[in-house]
Amino acid sequence: MKPPVFEYASPSTIAEAVSLLASGNGNAKVISGGQSLMPMLAFRLASPELLVDLKHLKNLNAISVGDDGVRLGAKVRWCDIEADQRLARNHPLLAEAIKHVAHYQIRNRGTIGGSLAHADPSAEMPGVALTCDAQITIVGSRGTRIEKAADFFTGPLQTSLEPDEILTEVHLPVWPVARRWAFREFARRKGDFAMAGVALFYDLDEKDRVVDAHIGAIGVSDCPIRLTAAEAALNGNAITEEAIAVAVRAAKSSIDPPSDIHAPGAYRRSLVGTLLARSLQQSAS
Amino acid sequence: MQVEFELNGKSVSAEVEARTTLADCIRDDLRQTGTHLGCEHGVCGACTVLVNGDAVRSCLMLAVQVCGEKVVTVEGLSGDELSPLQASFRKHHALQCGFCTPGFITTAHALLTNEPDADEDRVRDVLSGNLCRCTGYVPIVEAVLDARSHYARRGGK
Amino acid sequence: MKVSNSYIGRPMERVEDLRMVRGKGTYVADVNRPGQLYAVILRSSVAHGKIRSFDATKALELPGVRHVLTAGDLGTVVPRIPLRLQPLPELEPFHQPVLADQKVRYVGEPVAVVIADSAAVAEDALEHIDLHIDVLPAITNREQAEARRAVLFENHGSNTAITWKAFRSSADAVEEAFKTADYVRREQFKIQRHAAMFMEPRGFVAEWNEAAGKLTVWGAAKTAWHNRRVLAAALGLDVEAVDLIEVDVGGGFGSRGEFYPEDYLIPAAAKLVRRPVKWTEDRREHMMSANHARDIECDVEIAVSREGRFIGLRGQIWADIGAYLRTNGSVGPRNVAQYMSGPYCFENIDLKSSMLTTNKTPSGTYRGPGRFETDFIRERLIDIVAKDLKIDRVELRRRNLVADSQMPYPLASITPYDSSTELDSGDYHAVFDLCMKEFGWAEKSKLSGKLIDGYYHGFAVGSFIEGGAAGPKEDARLVLETNGLLSVYLGSSSVGQGLETIMAQIAADATELPYEKITINHGSTSHVKDGYGAYHSRSTVMGGSAILLAAEKLKVRIREVAAARFACSPDDVTIDGEQVEHSSKYLQLADLSDTPLEVEASFFNKKYTWAYGTQAAHVAVDPGTGHVKVIDYLSVEDVGRMINPLTLHGQAIGSIVQGLGGAFLEHLVYDEEGQLLTGSFADYLMPTASDFPIIRSITLELKPCPNNPLGAKGAGEGGLIPVGGIMANAVADALSHLNVQPMELPLSPPRIWQLVQAAEVDRATT
Repeated sequence: MKPPVFEYASPSTIAEAVSLLASGNGNAKVISGGQSLMPMLAFRLASPELLVDLKHLKNLNAISVGDDGVRLGAKVRWCDIEADQRLARNHPLLAEAIKHVAHYQIRNRGTIGGSLAHADPSAEMPGVALTCDAQITIVGSRGTRIEKAADFFTGPLQTSLEPDEILTEVHLPVWPVARRWAFREFARRKGDFAMAGVALFYDLDEKDRVVDAHIGAIGVSDCPIRLTAAEAALNGNAITEEAIAVAVRAAKSSIDPPSDIHAPGAYRRSLVGTLLARSLQQSAS
Repeated sequence: MQVEFELNGKSVSAEVEARTTLADCIRDDLRQTGTHLGCEHGVCGACTVLVNGDAVRSCLMLAVQVCGEKVVTVEGLSGDELSPLQASFRKHHALQCGFCTPGFITTAHALLTNEPDADEDRVRDVLSGNLCRCTGYVPIVEAVLDARSHYARRGGK
Repeated sequence: MKVSNSYIGRPMERVEDLRMVRGKGTYVADVNRPGQLYAVILRSSVAHGKIRSFDATKALELPGVRHVLTAGDLGTVVPRIPLRLQPLPELEPFHQPVLADQKVRYVGEPVAVVIADSAAVAEDALEHIDLHIDVLPAITNREQAEARRAVLFENHGSNTAITWKAFRSSADAVEEAFKTADYVRREQFKIQRHAAMFMEPRGFVAEWNEAAGKLTVWGAAKTAWHNRRVLAAALGLDVEAVDLIEVDVGGGFGSRGEFYPEDYLIPAAAKLVRRPVKWTEDRREHMMSANHARDIECDVEIAVSREGRFIGLRGQIWADIGAYLRTNGSVGPRNVAQYMSGPYCFENIDLKSSMLTTNKTPSGTYRGPGRFETDFIRERLIDIVAKDLKIDRVELRRRNLVADSQMPYPLASITPYDSSTELDSGDYHAVFDLCMKEFGWAEKSKLSGKLIDGYYHGFAVGSFIEGGAAGPKEDARLVLETNGLLSVYLGSSSVGQGLETIMAQIAADATELPYEKITINHGSTSHVKDGYGAYHSRSTVMGGSAILLAAEKLKVRIREVAAARFACSPDDVTIDGEQVEHSSKYLQLADLSDTPLEVEASFFNKKYTWAYGTQAAHVAVDPGTGHVKVIDYLSVEDVGRMINPLTLHGQAIGSIVQGLGGAFLEHLVYDEEGQLLTGSFADYLMPTASDFPIIRSITLELKPCPNNPLGAKGAGEGGLIPVGGIMANAVADALSHLNVQPMELPLSPPRIWQLVQAAEVDRATT
């Protein structure tokens, strides 16, 4: 399974990288960690003519925690997130979700930018980005733009990135200390892609009622999705067994998961319900 | 393309195609065949090497990506005497056919160098990225746990 | 001072490890020959079809592409691969041609071989070959095969290759027994297609020496002498002109080493292009071309008396063997029928096993062939019977285990290619009771069916037999070198089982020479005149016994030579370790002769050995996700005699985990067009270090085997044999309040969830 022939460049600046991508006329691809791209090349599912390696680009691998939230450079690796002690407090949902990504060796190379750009419907990072209303900074020939996560994922393995664009940063809004949250996924084995996963958070008003519920699901559609029906069912209510049951019913009827060799759609639907119920119970305790 | 990097403490260079993986460069161009290919798509871990101290899947890296970096393979972790980790693998019968073994040695070495007090759950967690078909993993986990004391004495990192 | 070695029974650390932990093993992909070219195989991407046209012109124009080998290069008739086992004439229509011959019958079937300056260039060339296939309907299941939606072998006319019949007692007696039995239960079961999936992909390096007329092939395994004969005949060479060399082997599990198309194609390529040719398969290729296994359905009945005495088994088994019959493709289907009774008394057996051809990768043996499947069937039936008859599952088994006093106990015979065997020795009850005690069954099983922290807890027990030591013979050659070192040459093959260490232990004890002075050489056809290899857990018994016989011959030889030096009779020579003595005169073996002393011996065997045991397990099932946690797994096995407890224990644990992979995770899945959907490790799920942390194994030397000088029983496969049945029974036990009855493997989360859903619907509507 040797990759097909391609040219390789490792520019020193983002501007150079963008220019190289633009010159590729749609046949150039970014490589950074390579943990998603390399298998595709090995299976010859992708045949780019040029790989543009972000290896030498500086200032893309910082994690900054501030008053406006958490900013992750595109080259931040899973092991960097794991090692950053601040995130357990400043973004526990991110910290927890990332624990489920892949395996040790992959975590030393795989990047959040790569994960978002690859947009696997079962991947954790796109799920977290969507659920948390992340803002994604993108640089291309036409300049810099900031895209909401909700607009970024457009289909299975598809994003709004143009061929000459590079994702440079992800910004997660500030995380209130009192926020309730949970992340649960179910995979066949540790580190596998989730058969389904739920990421959620909400705040409580002075009467302990849910406000601003955000519930995201992965593995049940072409892209990560928000379970808006479940959110609506929860908002304004206290977290009780009954409220959870209503939210779960709403979630299940609002999705139509695909079937594949690993699971039928009906199973995934049920799984989302189970994960949602357990997540809500956990968040409430 | 010409690639130059440090392999097991020595400067090496090779003339490769851009598409040549680090694994193939190590095995074919540099004739270090201890690093094995079990799948070539980044799941089995038999190709694990250390790049700047990090355990990585060498089948998922291009040779050109390690220009200027430090690469260590199982050969670089071996001497005239068995290392404590290798001796522990032998003592616990943590290998049968031996094909996956270099990948486990490099991975375990990286883990214990960084986390000499890793507990059993952590060891299993980390080793779950390497496939073994012969041993059922029980003796491998035992061997890695038994080797911890040597890494602790070295002070870890 | 009389030397008396006792290496047998010691947990010696392995000799092999010294090179393997350093990455200094030599596997076939590490072998390189000067001037070598690289081969990549063009494989059919269509499951069933007629080859309309083939054009490699564009491929040959690529720089670095040297040749494209096609059926046309192979002579007027495309060679077909003969069967190694059960080679019945009526099975000849199903032999696989080394390259697709006018027709393709499975995705992955070799069509051509590209030979180029590098593997990457050869792979590039594949995309430039124009291959047009007229698609025919694909047969992907039993219904289609039996309905003859298409027929794979037009001359044969049906998709049923043969039906084996296993029987004990006469057909009439069996029918009578079922008619009069107090209780008969009939069920259908299915075991999924999965495979050995060893970690080192297959490969060969072949070199043809035109001047010497010699062909050398690196990459042999398992059955090198047989393969050598097949290859020589196919290439029109004398057997002595062909040498197959076994290097380090990265696992076999019954699947590596059989004669595959590539075993012919790569040497043929080397001979054609007059350059060494190197081929290594990649994992995707491996999944569609190395033997598949275990694809079985059945419809069977068990007859039992009211008191819980097993009376009989009868029914029909269908084995989906894929597109061709591989060299040992009949073994699994035969074993399902012949060994369904396992360690239990069943007087009346009438089981038919039909092999169906389908447009899938051909099948062969994988560790415990047919036995994993048949134990699933039988152990499930036993638990179902226990529930129906309201007899405790443990008690029901004890009541029916074969007793020591009944040995040798005949198992079912099978026909055609008749074979009969009998259980040799064993205290099945003692081992069963020991397992129950060590497991803590009495106390733990009180949790049966209980819901704790969201999990339902379940337990199961099962007993098994493991056949080993297939004959007919094995050879060993001992050479006492002039420096006093002992070189041992064996027909046995190494597949990772620690052969070099175990055989050195046996040789050390037999010759009383120091362990460190013994080197074991194995598996290459230049080593002994005739060898058989590693399969059916035979190496220790067959190779080890051959060493014992050869050691006796060596001692005779040493005495003869010493007698000449001492000028006495050989009877008056005493051998004491590394020296010989007569009348207080001593000679070192290293000084005994100017030339090496060489002897060769064969050990013949007609009787299988039967290791046996009992396993018990504790699981916890999450009804929401369908996930099953294996909380405890214990295996107790009596192997007669242990040569190296360390390696034996390792085999047991490894085997059990393979069984758990088969029970829960592994599945080779095809779509309706015969496309293999599980073509990588992303989709074919193997156990990892975090899946099954608690596996316990106890090995005993309770009842030695009476049929070989070592007293040992072959014991590399047993661990996995009962695992499927035990896991399914444990899940059923956990979910007994819903009467969930798993009839199919694997026990994937969606399957368990579906069983729970269906059961809850049943419960709601009754």
